[in-house]
Amino acid sequence: MPLQGTCREVGDIAVIDFSGRITLGEGSAMVRKTIRDLISNGRKKILLNLADVDYIDSSGIGELVGAYTSVRSADGELKLVYLTKRVRDIIQITRLFTVFDVQPDETAAVRSFR
Amino acid sequence: MATPIQRLEVTLDTELESVDLAENIVMRVAEAAGFDQDEVHKLGMAVREGVVNAYNYGNAQDRQKKILLTVEFEQDQMVVHIVDEGNGFQLEDVADPLAEENLLRTSGRGIFLMKAFTDELAVRRGPTGGADLIMCKKLPGPKAGGCG
Repeated sequence: MPLQGTCREVGDIAVIDFSGRITLGEGSAMVRKTIRDLISNGRKKILLNLADVDYIDSSGIGELVGAYTSVRSADGELKLVYLTKRVRDIIQITRLFTVFDVQPDETAAVRSFR
Repeated sequence: MATPIQRLEVTLDTELESVDLAENIVMRVAEAAGFDQDEVHKLGMAVREGVVNAYNYGNAQDRQKKILLTVEFEQDQMVVHIVDEGNGFQLEDVADPLAEENLLRTSGRGIFLMKAFTDELAVRRGPTGGADLIMCKKLPGPKAGGCG
């Protein structure tokens, strides 16, 4: 399934509900564009809800890392929530749990922003 | 290397669509060979990463070049070859994506995932000088094998 993303607001936090696959091509490009647009709109608090992302490849992982560094460079925060088992496994074996702020649920995620 | 019992060979164009195609082919073949869903997923992903590597780095997205995907079944293992028409590379030259200094890199995790999701990964020089990525996965069952 191609990646889809919808943006909603929880206070001053932009929550992106992604669904589908984050892979080389359209999926990765969509993540990049979404984050770029949010940063250029001055958003500093971004939460990616990956509950419906059932597949991610190395390009998708790279895109999430790129998103993380872009948001950090803009003095913002990017967090992840509701990882599926497959996405969690990939993030775990690539040691990216030490990089990403992965939150257990949306309530905790919202509270955790500065 | 042992003589394959069954062999499937597909020549892929150097285009993005080939990545999904190769993944789907290998997942179907692996499923038919009796791998469980988790292993089928891992094999599919390993092959996906291999074809992405051939598409992006080996053939440098040159549409004149081809990617050869071969799946062979030996007595106790499934062996996948992904051959590109690039300049080849050596596994030991690939940076470790788990190293602290590489964690924030946006690329360079494909080879690592191929290794993680198969029993053995080797790289040889293909017939045109490109890389021949060889992935081995033991077939479901008690027998042991190895990349010959």
